[in-house]
Amino acid sequence: MRYFIAVFLLILPVSVWSAIDTYEFKDDATRERFKQLTFELRCPKCQNQNLQDSNSPIASDLRNEVYKMLQEGNDDSEIVDFMVARYGEFVLYRPPVNKATYVLWYGPFGLVVIGIVVVLMVSKKRKRNTTTSEVSSESNNETHLSSDESERLKDLLDTGKNK
Amino acid sequence: MRRFILFIPLVIFVGIGVFLWKGLQLDPTELPSALLNKPLPAFQLSALSDPERQLTEADFKGEPALVNVWATWCPSCKQEHAQLNRIKAEGYKVIGINYKDDRQKADIWLKKYLNPYALNVFDNEGSLGLDLGVYGAPETYVIDAEGIIRYKHVGVVDEKVWGQLKGIIDQLKSGNKVLAQ
Repeated sequence: MRYFIAVFLLILPVSVWSAIDTYEFKDDATRERFKQLTFELRCPKCQNQNLQDSNSPIASDLRNEVYKMLQEGNDDSEIVDFMVARYGEFVLYRPPVNKATYVLWYGPFGLVVIGIVVVLMVSKKRKRNTTTSEVSSESNNETHLSSDESERLKDLLDTGKNK
Repeated sequence: MRRFILFIPLVIFVGIGVFLWKGLQLDPTELPSALLNKPLPAFQLSALSDPERQLTEADFKGEPALVNVWATWCPSCKQEHAQLNRIKAEGYKVIGINYKDDRQKADIWLKKYLNPYALNVFDNEGSLGLDLGVYGAPETYVIDAEGIIRYKHVGVVDEKVWGQLKGIIDQLKSGNKVLAQ
């Protein structure tokens, strides 16, 4: 009995594995390209899954199509173009750089630049504020003393020195 | 000037708020068809009713029509079938693409629920569906007399959707070139 359970447990992961459709590739490079393509192409039916992850029938159809095109010797851009021609740019997880996607591609850099500018402006302002406040406090001290007072101060300092 | 700067965060907040609010109203499952304003893809497939008869994209041309992608395994197709029958009764042309289906089952279906289709393409491999960018039945296209795709609707065609599609077909019939969104 124990033996049967052990065998059953050994078979279990194999049966789970077999639910994934298997493809035979002519070489490892093609297998890598298949992985890469199905990773970067989005399933049109599901909102946020790539062809690799999705179980929907359309995703499996498109996986077959990618496989077929790879076996026929199409290059990656041809396969991507094929999908875009039918399902639109929605299927691309890596959107192309064009007018509609400039904000997407360059927006983050723009925000970083804006951030740097703001930080510089704030720090510059703070610096100016602190220096002006130092200057003003110095001048305040001076102006606070009338000529009589400063003479007295001088006398005090001198008597101190003489002692 | 200082006063104005104080309002900048509020302005940004309102801007982002409006942007996101608009985003909430969008239906993310609605994909624009990549084939809008492009001709139907070329194909050669047998007719559903007659395996001997070959149909091509030329058979779709002649007058503006609805092209409905359907299958007997698709519950929503059953839901919209009565509406398709009414559309036919109104005198509009409906062309069917039987998508990844069984010929016999489809025949029985059409006998049972009546046949609104002027002709029916039997696409059991889904090859025409792939070229059309079909990702789930039912899908309904509006094509003009030259077989150019003018509109695509994904999902059930009900009274409301038909009103919209009808407007497009009527415009096409009156000879106005409409460029669908």
